Amino acid sequence: MTAALETEGLGRRYRTNWGLRDCTLSVPEGSITGLVGPNGAGKSTLLRLAAGLSRPTTGTVSIFGRVVDPNSVDHLGRVGYFDQLRPLYASFRVKEMLTFGRRLNPNWDDDAAHRWLEDLDIPLNQRIGKLSLGQQAEVALTVCMGKRPDLLLLDEPVASLDPLARRQLLQTLMGTVAERGTTVFLSSHIVSELEPVCDRLIILSASRVQLSDSVESILSDHHLLVGPRPAPAPAGVEVISSTETGRQSTLLVRGAPTGLGPTWETAQPDLDAIVLAYLEGTSIQARQGEAAAGAPSEGPR
Amino acid sequence: MAAEPTIQFRLDRSSGVPAYRQLVDQVRQALRLGILRPGDQLPTVRDVVKQVAINPNTVHRAYRDLEHQGLTEGRPGSGTFIRRSLSKVPEEQPALLRQLEQWISAARAAGLGDEAIAALVAQAMRTSGRKT
Repeated sequence: MTAALETEGLGRRYRTNWGLRDCTLSVPEGSITGLVGPNGAGKSTLLRLAAGLSRPTTGTVSIFGRVVDPNSVDHLGRVGYFDQLRPLYASFRVKEMLTFGRRLNPNWDDDAAHRWLEDLDIPLNQRIGKLSLGQQAEVALTVCMGKRPDLLLLDEPVASLDPLARRQLLQTLMGTVAERGTTVFLSSHIVSELEPVCDRLIILSASRVQLSDSVESILSDHHLLVGPRPAPAPAGVEVISSTETGRQSTLLVRGAPTGLGPTWETAQPDLDAIVLAYLEGTSIQARQGEAAAGAPSEGPR
Repeated sequence: MAAEPTIQFRLDRSSGVPAYRQLVDQVRQALRLGILRPGDQLPTVRDVVKQVAINPNTVHRAYRDLEHQGLTEGRPGSGTFIRRSLSKVPEEQPALLRQLEQWISAARAAGLGDEAIAALVAQAMRTSGRKT
């Protein structure tokens, strides 16, 4: 399987802070890969780097096997980038926005662009600024898909939309993917949004990739264990997060636990719970890291 | 060839059942109820994803599954069609139902309420393993 997008040790520093650090990942061609993480985890930084809009501080990004060079425009025809700020011209009419897309993109699919907007009942004579947020997102996505990209990079495509507009946008998107086999890499902080549309998921937190796998493997690899406290840690698993009450401990683990005593109960966590466990896990590590850094005189325990 | 859609898929996102299984189950259910009949065409992958906003691969997978089960066949260039029906009730079904009714009477006699009985059934289904 070829990678539509591949990064190797990718990092980007803004002054003193790292927006993204040591990021190595791969998005297989033909997949719809979701990128989840809390705000500030580096999702937008990663997508901007992938689109060639920003220059890496360390490492490389490749699109379909070729390293992206921000000085060159070679990759631009193959990549569609859609960002949460939706750069549309408010004073343009919808049809002028399409003309704009046609003039800028040699591969422009004018029939499809008109058909999508017609399906969505978006009036071509309307000014962009008069459209609802949902309609503006649809127009921006249409301009993005009209250029027939092989890879679509979508930064929080549905974040500001109401539930109906969200659904409509995802329907348009999935319809196009089914038609063209476009690879999609999209970010969101709402996991339930991503689950039905994605076949792979990447969890980004604290500027690093925590997990990257198919949704199916993620679901089958993780287990929720509930047992009495104190309990010996189960063998053969990696504990992602644990919460304890006076009498019970609840562990979210990766891997199949072996030799669990009869006092343990196991359950299948949903995707939301798994993602949360990773995010909690990293925030605990971060706090411990800060505590250790803040108290150097305390010595080893 | 714009035929009436034969089946409308829906997804229950909170059920925990994988999406492709939900699609497969809905086709099987429609076959059992006689809503889908041999020769009927299933909606195209593109129509399904536009309707329920899911990953096209999920639909491909559900359709492959149905084909492996011998329920449908893909005809290149024209779509996926129903091959056989499922409306036949296995002959053991009445006997199985009678046994279940006896068991439920016994559970009620032992003082269990409906919720406790349902919990026991769910537990037994889990512990006896699941057949796909």
